[in-house]
Order: sequence, then C-alpha cells, then structure tokens
Amino acid sequence: MARSIVPVSTRSGSSAAALVVVLILGALAAVVSRADVGSGFVGSDWAAIRFTVWQAFLSALISIVLAVPVARALARRRFAGRAVLVTLLGAPFILPVIVAVLGLLAVFGRSGWVNAVLAAIGLPEVSIYGLHGVVLAHVFFNLPLATRLLLQGWQAIPAEQFRLAAQIGLTPWALFRTLEWPLLRQVLPGAAALIFVICLTSFAVALTLGGGPRATTVELAIYQAFRFDFDLGRAALLSVAQLVMAGAAAIAALWILPTIGMGAGQDRPVLRWDAQGGLQRLHDTVVIGGAALFLLLPLGAVVLRGGGGLRLMPSSVWESALLSLGVSVVSVVALLALALPMAAWIATRRSGAVEVIGVLGLSASPLMIGTGWFILINPVMDPSGVALPVTALVNALMALPFALRILVPRLRDTIQDFGQLSTTLGLQGWPLWRWVLLPRLRPQIGFAAGLTGALSIGDLGVIALFADMERATLPLQMYRLMGAYQMQAAAGAALLLLVMALGIFWVCDRGGRWHAEA
Amino acid sequence: MLRLEEAKIVQGEFCLRANFALELGRKYAVIGPSGAGKSTLLAAVCGFVPLASGRLFWHDAEITQMAPGNRPMTMLFQDNNLFPHLSVAQNVGLGIRPDMRLSVQDHERVNAALERVGLQDHASRKPGALSGGQQSRAALARVLVQARPWVLLDEPFAALGPALRNEMLDLVRDLVVETGAGLIMVTHAPDDARRIADEVIFVGSGRADAPQPATALLDNPPPELREYLG
Repeated sequence: MARSIVPVSTRSGSSAAALVVVLILGALAAVVSRADVGSGFVGSDWAAIRFTVWQAFLSALISIVLAVPVARALARRRFAGRAVLVTLLGAPFILPVIVAVLGLLAVFGRSGWVNAVLAAIGLPEVSIYGLHGVVLAHVFFNLPLATRLLLQGWQAIPAEQFRLAAQIGLTPWALFRTLEWPLLRQVLPGAAALIFVICLTSFAVALTLGGGPRATTVELAIYQAFRFDFDLGRAALLSVAQLVMAGAAAIAALWILPTIGMGAGQDRPVLRWDAQGGLQRLHDTVVIGGAALFLLLPLGAVVLRGGGGLRLMPSSVWESALLSLGVSVVSVVALLALALPMAAWIATRRSGAVEVIGVLGLSASPLMIGTGWFILINPVMDPSGVALPVTALVNALMALPFALRILVPRLRDTIQDFGQLSTTLGLQGWPLWRWVLLPRLRPQIGFAAGLTGALSIGDLGVIALFADMERATLPLQMYRLMGAYQMQAAAGAALLLLVMALGIFWVCDRGGRWHAEA
Repeated sequence: MLRLEEAKIVQGEFCLRANFALELGRKYAVIGPSGAGKSTLLAAVCGFVPLASGRLFWHDAEITQMAPGNRPMTMLFQDNNLFPHLSVAQNVGLGIRPDMRLSVQDHERVNAALERVGLQDHASRKPGALSGGQQSRAALARVLVQARPWVLLDEPFAALGPALRNEMLDLVRDLVVETGAGLIMVTHAPDDARRIADEVIFVGSGRADAPQPATALLDNPPPELREYLG
C-alpha cells in the first residue's frame, strides 16, 4: 500500500499539545515548589490517603460485582424499554455529581424514602454519610459504566456460539463456564481498574457525603487545607501525594484499562435460546428491575422535589445559572480549540499517543491543577477574579482525554479515506477543515462538545477553590444552599442544573448529527 | 513529456525501477500481476510515494519533490473519489478552487463539465444518491475542470459491471482526446488496454518496462507477460 501523504498541518496540533503540557506541568511545578515537605504527612493526611484508596477499592469491587448480573440479564433478555434503559446507563456520565447526591439523599438520606420505610416497619435508620455514603454514590455513578463495559464484551460473543450452545444443550452452568466466564475474566480487571482510578480523584461526592476525620479523600483534604486552614504548603504537599497515587494507579493499570465506548451496548441484543427457565426469568427480572430502580429513583426524586423548589429559589440561583452557562460555553470552545488540532496531530501518527493522554487525564486531579494555578496567579492578581475562566479551562482540560478518544478514530478514518483525494485537490489548511474534516467529524464534534458542556456545567471542583461569595456557578450555589439547609431551594436548583446539563448535551449532540451524511 | 529518470521506489522489501518517458496526449495502460507495483508506480508519479533515487521531469522541469497537488496531473483512485458530504457540484467545484471561492465563470465551468458527463440534473445531489456509474461520471467531471495535462486512473471503475466499465472507459478516452491530456491507467484486463490504450507499460519482477505499442505487445507478448496473461 502506498503511504498516504497527510495534508493536515501538524504544527497547530503540537502547539496545542505543548500548551496543555505547559498548563499541567506549570501547575505541578508550582505545587512542588510550595509543597511543605518539612512537616511531612501528619496523621490526618495518612488517614485521607488510606480512606481514598479504601473507598476506591470498595467502590470498584461493589460496582463490578453488581454489574455482572445486570449485564448478564440485559444481554440475554429482550423487552420493551431495553434500549431506553441501556441509553440511560450512559446518563450518569453527564449527570452533575451534586444533583445525583441530592437525589441519593432524597432516597437514602436521614428523612429519605428508605428510612421512612424502615421506620414504618420498626427497623433502625441507615445513615448515608461517611464511608458507605461515598461508596453508595460511587456505585451509583460507576455501576452503569461497568454494566456498559460488560455488555459491550457480552455482545462481542458471536451469536453462532450461543446457537451452538443451544444445539448441544449446554446447562446454564456449563454455558457460563464455556462462554461467559472467559469473557468476564477478560473484561472485569480492566473495568475494576478504571473505576478504581476514577474514584481516586473523587471530590464532590466526598465533599457532600464524606468529611470528618474518618471520611476525607485526598482531594477533599486539599480543599480543606486550602479553604479552611489557608495552608498552601500543606495543600501543595497533598496535591503531590494525590498526583503520585492516582498517576501510579493509572500507569500500573495502563495495559488493562478499557476504552470507554460511547455508544457501547446499543446494538440489538443477540437472539438467545438459553435461560428460558422460570426461575432464571424471575432472577433477571428482579436484577434488571432492581438496577433500574436504583438508578431511576434518585433521578425521579430530583425531578419530584425540584418542581416545588423552583419557585423558592433565590434570584442568585438564576444569576449562577447564567454564569454556569457562560462557563460551559467557554469550556466547549476552549476544548474544541485544543482538541481538534491535537486530534489531527495524533491521527497522523501511528502510535497510541491518545491512550497515554487518556490515562494522564484520568489521573490528573482538578484540585491539584487548581491549587497550582492559584499559587501561580496569587502573587499577580486576586485569584477569585479569574475563577470562572480558570474553571472553564480546567473543565476543558478534564474533558480533553474523552474528546480525543471520540475524535481521533473518526479523524484517522477520514484521513485514511480522503487524505489522498484532498492532497491531489490541493486542499490544506482552513479549506481542508472547512470542506472535509469538520463536515466529516460533525457528529463526533457534537458529541464531544455536548459531553464537555454537560461535564463543565455540573462541575463542582476548581470553582470551590477559587470562588468568592459574589461569584458562584450553579453547582456551587446549590452546594451553598444545601449547606444552609435550604433543601427545597437546593432541590429546585438541582432540577434546573439537571435540565441544563442534559439540555446542553442534547443540543450539541443533536446539532452534530442533524443532517449529517454517512 | 513526462520522464522517469532511473527512478527507484523502495518500500520495505519491495523495490521497483522505472526509466522511460511518456508523451503528452497519448494513452498508456499499466498492466502486470497483482502486487507487482502498478498502483505504487502511479502513486510515485503522483507524488504519494517518494522516490528512493532517480528523478521525475515534466518537460525540462524537475518535479521529484513537488507536492502532489501542484503536479501537472490528477488521479482517480480505486474508491473515495468524491466527498460524500458535499453535493456533486461542490465536489466538482473543489477541482477548480480548493477554497471553493468560485466566480461566475467557475460556476459555468462546473455546469458545463456536468453537462458533458450527463449529470446536469444531478448537480445538487449528494454522491450517496447516485448510482455507481453516475458517481464515476461525477468524478470525471471534476477531472475535466481540473484540466491537468495528465490523467491517472488507478482502477476507479473496478467495481462497475463490464458494460458500465466499457462505457466509462469510452467516456475517458473521449474526454482525454477532447482535452489533449495524456492518460495513464492501471488495469487488470488486457481487453481494457486494447480498448483505449496506445501503448502498454508492463510491470513485473521489480521493473516497469518502457511503453510498447499496445496491439503488437498484447498479440505477441514476451514470456513474462505471456505467463501473466495466461
């Protein structure tokens, strides 16, 4: 085969990549320079590190253990609403963490539905705060992810194998051993490692459901050292610890981390002949119903309670909503400005540079980057003045690995298919983007933009470090309302935030696919 | 005159040498076994594969290092000759100006080219809405407006049925005769070569032979070509 000469300029791509590296390394250098090594870790720091690892381990373990029966049931059953349910499994990805937390509180909280039922039948109430609350929220977010990864694997088993199994009449146990177990052995470690790494950098969940000496993650400890003790040295030291911990985990898991397939599990289910027994049907019904309830009840609670709360929201919530929308739009623009040239650069080289960037992105901690920039900006100007631009930029950086994973494969195909034609026509630079690359990539651009917009609008991370009392994004405003026990107004804000996050995703994604040619 | 001077193409283990000149306005068929390097030869002429050594001349100017888009030629590939997201007219228009800033005269040229290939009523359609033969015609309309001295075909009609393929080859022959362009086409079928080529370039054993008159060569092939033709 003739090696195709690539018409894409790589200069802007490598500049964008260099800019990203400078932004992250600059933060890292600032953090290291200020890290208060003299005092070393105190007892509470070790507790935070232990708690971070332990909750991430439990979250990963419980998520995948629960995901196996759910994915198994979804893989072998066909029923009305299955497609909707599988689509819904993707929703936690763009669901603002604080909205989910509020929904979980409504169901599992002190005066929540579960405790109401428990009290009615005379059982002691459960508490959602502390370790089990943090793990519960992480399972809420990652059970769907694990289920989708497993479902993806299940659907990779050729239909012929199930036909053969039906022909020779394999028992359920034999079918599990010959077909399903090898698959699980292949997919489970990667899924578990991915969830573990994601949960290591958890901040918003720990902020709302954790806290205290026994349930503080390192990210939360950074925030507390920063906001409450004004101890930049200790925040910096903890940032280094966070980076080493998450980075080491990501690098150790580099080879087993799966790609996060965006449309995963959407294909039609394979026709199956096994598991027709009544007991198995009942089992699958219970499993699917239980999982659906677990995922839908909190969301339902947000909608139910939010409707009444909308009228009770102070006007500051609407101002925050407007600010959040602005942050989200800036974040999407910044993401596209970075991701498109970078994707073009990566797509023209052979090796898996994307994978490395993806892993770095997973382990990068927003609070570490935020702390670093705070240290850099502080001597020059008041950091709270740039809270919103910094938030938008950090959100774009966090979304970058996902965006690259979405954009690069399609860009690679486009260059493969139309690179030579473009070259013979003399298409390069802007006309190449205008007439070939952008139109070909429109669905992927829309999807990446939607994802970034939704992640950004719901993000409660860096903004918490930088913001003053006047300026707050919607998630921060909502957190403040919760802190002031204005739960109804917070519920209204949660509904607004939910609608905005889903809305911005829908608009971008639909816009990208609108009239897009295959 | 297009001249390959001691040209050598190396790709890993594969090596192909060529040393001959082609005359403007004549039609050349490139034939030879699969994997012998027919497409690679065209890709090298077109600038997609660098020469390991040797030089390429267009008249007296050396074009060995020239970018593919600037060379005096246009090429039709085996597939992906049209952008599926652009209309037929836009696809043709790109052949005039890559930035698509077309003047009134440019639009007239596009329409004239579409009319010449019989697609005047399909200008606003997307390629996906056209039949295979119509897609080939649209690509040829673009070749027409590009108006380069040489047209290179890397089996763009291979997926068409025999009748349609002959129709396209006849259209290509008429077009290059009308415009005075030279033609270099890769083909598997000796009949195609007989149908439109003046001369045949045989590619085999790491060498592209100098062109020889088509009928004489195909009627009385040397041993290596005889083996290929069967």
